[in-house]
Parts: sequence; C-alpha cells; structure tokens
Amino acid sequence: MGETLQPADSAQLREAVAWAVAREQALEIHGAGTKAALGRPVEAPCRLDLSALSGISFYEPTELVMTVAAATPLAEVTARLAQHNQHLAFEPADYGPLWGKGPDGATMGGVLACNLSGPRRIAAGAARDHFLGFQAVSGRGEAFKSGGRVVKNVTGYDMCKLMAGSYGTLAVLSEVTFKVMPAPETLCTLVLPGLSPSQAVDAMTAALQSPFDVSGAAHLPSAVAADFATGNNLGNSDSATVLRLEGPAPSVAARSTSLRQLLSPFGHCALLEDTDSQDLWRGVRDVVPFQNGKGLLWRISAPPSVGLVLAEQMAVRFGGRYFCDWGGGLIWLALDGEALTEEDASNGGALALRKALGERGEDLAGHALLLRAPQDLRREVAVFQPQSPELAKLTARMKQGFDPAGILNPGRMYDGV
Amino acid sequence: MRMPKPDAKILSRRAEIIEGLGEIVPPSSLITEEDALRAYECDGLTAYRQPPMIVVLPRTTAQVSLVLRYCRDNKVKVVPRGAGTSLSGGALPLADGVLLGLGKFNRILEIDYDNRCVVAQPGVTNLAITHAVEDKGFYYAPDPSSQIVCTIGGNIAENSGGVHCLKYGLTTNNVLGLEVVMMNGEVVRLGGRHLDSSGYDLLGLMTGSEGLLGVVTEVTVRILRAPQTARALLIGFASVEAAGDCVAAIIAAGIIPAGMEMMDRPAIHATEEFAHAGYPLDAEALLIVELDGPQVEVDHLIEQVGELAQEHDATTLQASENEAQRERFWAGRKAAFPAVGRIASDYLCMDGTIPRSRLAEVLGRIFGLSEQYGLGVANVFHAGDGNLHPLILFDANKPGDLEKVEKFGADILKLCVEVGGVLTGEHGVGVEKRDLMGVMFTEEDLNQQQRVKCVFDPDSLLNPGKMFPVLHRCVELGRLHVHKGEIPFPNLPRF
Ligand SMILES: Cc1cc2nc3c(=O)[nH]c(=O)nc-3n(C[C@H](O)[C@H](O)[C@H](O)COP(=O)(O)OP(=O)(O)OC[C@H]3O[C@@H](n4cnc5c(N)ncnc54)[C@H](O)[C@@H]3O)c2cc1C
Repeated sequence: MGETLQPADSAQLREAVAWAVAREQALEIHGAGTKAALGRPVEAPCRLDLSALSGISFYEPTELVMTVAAATPLAEVTARLAQHNQHLAFEPADYGPLWGKGPDGATMGGVLACNLSGPRRIAAGAARDHFLGFQAVSGRGEAFKSGGRVVKNVTGYDMCKLMAGSYGTLAVLSEVTFKVMPAPETLCTLVLPGLSPSQAVDAMTAALQSPFDVSGAAHLPSAVAADFATGNNLGNSDSATVLRLEGPAPSVAARSTSLRQLLSPFGHCALLEDTDSQDLWRGVRDVVPFQNGKGLLWRISAPPSVGLVLAEQMAVRFGGRYFCDWGGGLIWLALDGEALTEEDASNGGALALRKALGERGEDLAGHALLLRAPQDLRREVAVFQPQSPELAKLTARMKQGFDPAGILNPGRMYDGV
Repeated sequence: MRMPKPDAKILSRRAEIIEGLGEIVPPSSLITEEDALRAYECDGLTAYRQPPMIVVLPRTTAQVSLVLRYCRDNKVKVVPRGAGTSLSGGALPLADGVLLGLGKFNRILEIDYDNRCVVAQPGVTNLAITHAVEDKGFYYAPDPSSQIVCTIGGNIAENSGGVHCLKYGLTTNNVLGLEVVMMNGEVVRLGGRHLDSSGYDLLGLMTGSEGLLGVVTEVTVRILRAPQTARALLIGFASVEAAGDCVAAIIAAGIIPAGMEMMDRPAIHATEEFAHAGYPLDAEALLIVELDGPQVEVDHLIEQVGELAQEHDATTLQASENEAQRERFWAGRKAAFPAVGRIASDYLCMDGTIPRSRLAEVLGRIFGLSEQYGLGVANVFHAGDGNLHPLILFDANKPGDLEKVEKFGADILKLCVEVGGVLTGEHGVGVEKRDLMGVMFTEEDLNQQQRVKCVFDPDSLLNPGKMFPVLHRCVELGRLHVHKGEIPFPNLPRF
C-alpha cells in the first residue's frame, strides 16, 4: 500500500480525485474498510480515506429523512434515529465480523454503495429503496449531485439506484440522504421446529402469502440453529423455521394468533418474545453462524420458491452449511475450502453453484456473490455473478461514462470495472 | 416550450421509411394516414400537440428490436407510448419521429403466487394486474389515479406513484424484473423473480427514465396480499398550518398511514360540489387519513390518529364505520381532476414535492401568485410524502392564458425547489419541466445524467427533447477534461 489521501471536506475530495485523474493514479475508496475484502482485489497504489467526511448534517424525524457525510458511522446514525423511535427499515447488517473485524465499523456511504440489506428486505425494501439523494465526485474529478431531500422525487434519472451496488466504482459519495422510518413498537417470532427444507418453503410461502405482514422469514437448518444467541429456545438439535411479526402491540398479538392458526398443519409452533426475537434477527442479519470464519462464504439471491431447495442441494454436494433468509430468497452458504474436491476448490464452487442456479431457466435464475474468499481466489473467480454479453457491454460503458480513466476501485466488480 | 427542429431530410424520406418499417411489421401495425395520426398527437398534457410522422404498433419483442434497429440505422427518432396519460408530455410525438405504441403488448404472461409476482407485457393496464390476482386476495400496490387506463410500461417509465405509495412505495419499489430493447435493437433482461441486482442496478435506473433509455417489453412486478381491512378518517381544520402540524404529529407518533391526503379550501369546494362526499365547506384544509391492515391494528390506529386530530383542533372528525362510508370519504378526492375540470375550461396539474414543514408557507405563496397572475388554483396534496398537486385553472382559448399558466406553473415549481423540494414527485419531467431542470441541477449534474443517456442511446434518437434542456453530443460529453500540470499536488492530509 502506497500513500493515503484523507480529504477533510468535499472540496478537498474533488481536488484529490482530480489529482488522481491527472496522474492516472488508481484510488482505493475507503470508508472504514469493513468490506475491503469484498469483491475482486483492487490494485490501487493510493488509498482515498473518507473517514474525515463524517457527521449528521440534517435530520428531520417528521419528514422521514436524514442527510449525513458519507463516512458517518452507521452506528451513529442508528443511535440518533433510536432517540426518535426511528430506524433504517432495510435493516443494514454488520458484516465486519464476517471478516474477523470488530462490530459496528460500517459507514453509511459504504452501506448504501454496497446495497446489502437485512431480513426486512422482503417487507420494507432494500437499501437502494431508501436512498434519496447524494453528492459525489465522479471519476472525472467533477462534483455532481442527484436526487433530493424529500421522500418522493422523480426529477431526472434515479442515479441513487446506480450508486447503490456500485461498490465505489462509478463515483465517490461525499454526502448521502436517505429515508428513515418509525421503528416498530414491538415484535415477536413464531418458531416452527423440525421442518424439512421442502416443508419450510411451504410454511414460509404460506406465511408470506398471508395478510399478516410477516417482516422476516428464515429457515435455520439444524447444523446452524444452535449458533444463534437464542439457540436454546430454538429447540436444540432441530431445524428452526422462524417468522417475524412487528408493529403496534395489539396488532402483533392478533397477527401472531392468526398466523399460528394458519401454520397449524406444520406442527407445534413456539413463540419468541421481544428481546429473544431481537437477538435472533440480529443474528440472521449479521450471519452469525459464519462470523470469524476463514472458509468461503456465498451470498445467493434466488426466487424464494427455489432458494431453499438449491441451498440444500449445494450444501450436500459441497459438504457445506447454509441458512436461508427472505422466505427462501437469500441463501448464505459456507464452504470449507479444504473439504472441497480439487476441481470445486479451484473455483470456490463457483462453477457448480452458478450452473445449478441457472438450471431452472432464465425466469427462475438468480445471482451468487462470493462474499468471502482468500484474495487469490477472488482474483481468479468471478466474485459477482458473470453477466450476459449485452449487460457486460452496458456495464463497461457505464463505467466509462463515470470514470473513463478507470481510477475508482478499478476491477473491484469485474475486469476493468 | 420548444421541441427540436424537425429534420427536413427525414421528412423527405417518409415514404421510404414507411416502406422499411412495413417490412418489419404487418400493415395492421402501421398508421400513416393523417387523420389517424392525429389520435396520437398529445398525451395527458393536452396543451402541447404534434402528430407523429408515423405510428408503429408492434406486437412482439422481435419486432420492437427490428424497428429500433431500423430507426437507429436510418437516424429516425422514436417516441415510446403506453396509454398516453402522461401529465408531463413524456409521450408527446415528434413531427419527424416514429411513435412506438405498446398497445398490442396487452397480455399477462404469468402469475406466480409462490414468488408473489406477475409477469406482464408493458401495455397491460395498471388495474388489470390487480384484477388478475384479486380473486386470490392479492393486488398490485402502486395506484395512480389513472390506473384504469395507464399502462404498466408507462408506470415504469414515469416511476408512477399513487395515494398509497407512502406505505407501499412507488413503482420502483415494486418492480422485480424488466425486458428492455435498446435503441440498437439489443434486448437485455434486468432482474427477474429474485431480489436486488448483481452489478449496477440498471433495473432501478430504467424505472423513471421516461422512455429515454430503452423500450420496456416485459415487466415483472411484486404483488401483495390485500390488507384485511381499511378505514379512513375525514378531518377538517380551520387552517392549513393545523392540518400540516397534525400530519407531522401522526408521523412523529410512529404511524405510517396507507394514505394521507390533504385538500385546500378551493379543492374542498370543487370536489364537494361535484361528488357530494359530505366534506365540511367551512374547513380551510381537509385531511383523509386511511389505515389498512388487520382489523385490530386498524381500529387501534384509527383511535390514535383521532386523538391526535383532536389535539390539533380538528373542526370536523369522522371515522368510517363501513366500506360505503370509507368510499364516500374518498369520492371527492378521487374526483378532484374532473371536479376542477368542471369549474374551469382547462386546468394544468403541477407536481412538486416540498418538505412538509413548509406547506403553509408554500400554499400562502401560491395564493399570492394566483392573485398576481389572475388565475385560480386548487391544491390537492399527498400530505404524507410532501407531494403537492396545484391545479391551475385557465382557458386555453383565451389569448395569453397558456403563456400565463406556463409561467405560473414554473414559478410554483421554482418555489418548491427554493424551499428544499424538487420539481416533480411522480409525473416526470417530460417536456413540461424540461427547461426548469437548471433550477435544481448544475450543468455538471445534468452532464453526468446525459452521460447515462449516452450509455444506452449515443445518437440521442430515443424520446429526444424530453427531460434535458440542452442536448450535448455524446462525443463531447465523453471527453475527459484532464488538468494536466494545473493541479498541484493536492493540498490535503496524506500519510
Ligand atoms: C387523470 C390522471 C390521473 C393521474 N394520476 C396519477 C397519479 O396519481 N400518480 C402518478 O404518478 N401519475 C398519474 N398520472 C400520470 C400518468 O397516468 C402516469 O405517468 C402513467 O404512468 C403514464 O402511463 P401511460 O401508459 O399513459 O404512459 P404514456 O403517457 O403513454 O407514456 C409516459 C412515458 O412513458 C414512456 N413509455 C410508455 N411506455 C413505455 C415503454 N413500454 N417503454 C419505455 N417507455 C415507455 C413514454 O415515452 C413517456 O415518456 C395521471 C394522469 C391522468 C391523466
């Protein structure tokens, strides 16, 4: 690692990027670095450290919006929101510990730039759905903005969507505005122990098709169920299929009765109250069973009806462990690299996994992200789902439009992007 | 408002272009007669009219692809069109352009309850999606008032909202997948039945791009289970301030209603006269607050909102006790456009968003402008999300009124931006607000947006003249301005 630039404000940020453009000097964009090991390795001689761009500049609880400098810690944001009984509805996770880092490191800009959302994604939308506006410096060294400070806005292209999930490869965010929501008054969790994967899909589908506003639906196979803080309440050696209800107390009580009734064909159903429930969903959100691990970790988004079946199939094939969130639509699959066949190990299971993911036809396909892997493997294997030729062309041209010199996190997502 | 000058060379080649397109689509998909072309001369923004050179009504993605490639190769401009209800002139034709109507793409392709989504062609109407799934208790949440006629493709292009988008989101929050044909004829599939993109979120970018980036030929949307109950409150206030404070108090109490609509005095009077909904004529502001969900929750929250209304000196307060009453509360609000259409020969519907806390001030200044221009105005307001719809009354046949109404509208939108809001909350920029983009954005902001356009349509042939006040050539925009030697070693902390 060469030198580090640490701009103190957005004007200095622009200056730093313009300097890098002139020197054709690649920059590694660094918020707090919690997800630095996510993506293809970035070969950049210079680090752009944004940590000085920090602080909440605007928060109006009744307007449901907050504006912060990009490197404001997520923890600071959530603490401030909590003072007004508000929260980030997309439930951003704390992924640092997945790479053995301490908790609570992430910055708000990093959270939005990676568009990774927690269990409430299925009910409240993703990070991208809450991203309202930003100020940024493009790879041209030009400051520009998009969006606004109000929750409803269609003026111009929705560039927030472009920034969300671009992993710092298009522009450096300096300030972000996002939507905040009232936090639910209370919550509870229904636990269905011992369901097979196919029963679990049926139970989660029934719950998500019901009018009872389920805000979390996960299946925790027996191999991981005990790893959650509430493990003892989850029935020890059995799998647990868990369903979350949130809202005003009388409503949660009524819905939990109705949902139990609906799910009675699936057998006995236990109930987790407020605190245990919170612990459990924090664990699901932060992928607790696979924290501090050295093994490979895949994050797979698939249509809910196929996710769990696919996960089971892959776990058997690779001898790995998994659990499902998003009603079956999100799979966390952990593989022990040493236990893989030589052929699978050479690509981290990517080939077999992506082949299986595409086997049900285009309509039922999804995408697989190799979230955690040693650097060498991330250099060799497509970390992000490979794209069709048409999409790859659009992606390359988009990169060209924002960062023609290729100086922002070059190669982090794809070759040259 | 001015559209790009028609290209005489293209106009002179009209017969040849008709022939070329005739080799791609059958005669029933080609409209060339002057009278028939006139049917397409405007969209919902009727103040601007221009018959297109040719209308093409393709039936398949392959045809769309060939039509676009033909037009690209021949430098012919293309304007996509759904039902033509855009209120910003997004579907306004060009004299030297092909109007590409998606009306024949009118089939629902698949209903997938297990993955809670519907796959539809873009010409399917918004309401038809709900109709297709309501027997199983599902619905498609975004509900623009035009939902009986507007198409899902048009909704994608405009990122349309509705009275329920405070709780359920705009179109963009409810789309899972798209098939899009780009100007060069290439077809891309974005998203699917899974959540979130891998790579750049082109699905999100395409939504709300006003038909400038590609033609949508297939849509996958999320469907939701319909709430068990809905109840509404009708609340009158003696001042706009009190109504605004009450809205803020509801949100501060942690309640996100399914819908929260406000009307000012002129709107109350116009709608009451039209729909006889039982609105209080002595109120300065009227709120309709709807709560939906399980019965217990709705009853619980209705009570809480009722208490907040009383604390804010409501002059009228009624809670619906049955469906008929709830629908009656809505009858006036839902008829706001025709009601206003009856008290004036023409009206222009504006669409800015403001921080809600500035509402009273903004309405006050709009009334000031109303007096200044001598044109009446009635305001309906999606109060929950700050989206204001001033309806300016005018008479298009009166010389000078159209220019006046354009200026009045522009002043309102500038005011929205001045108080921290934006030019459009759900209707889009189109031609209507195109020339105001500079009020909200710098040249660098707009250049970066146009570079996005260049990614998809480098010759600017798809829906040109919309959204951007000045069109730069992509080659020019693509150039990297390097300040070689001028930039000193930056003067900032380094390690
Ligand atoms: C009475 C009335 C009430 C309304 N109420 C609301 C409301 O409550 N909320 C709201 O948000 N809007 C409202 N609108 C505005 C309008 O109905 C919406 O913008 C709607 O989404 C437009 O759909 P459309 O099919 O009519 O599209 P059109 O008007 O035909 O086209 C709109 C834009 O979309 C593009 N387009 C259309 N189809 C495609 C496609 N397949 N691919 C690419 N581009 C395409 C066109 O080029 C154009 O730019 C209202 C309009 C009217 C007349």
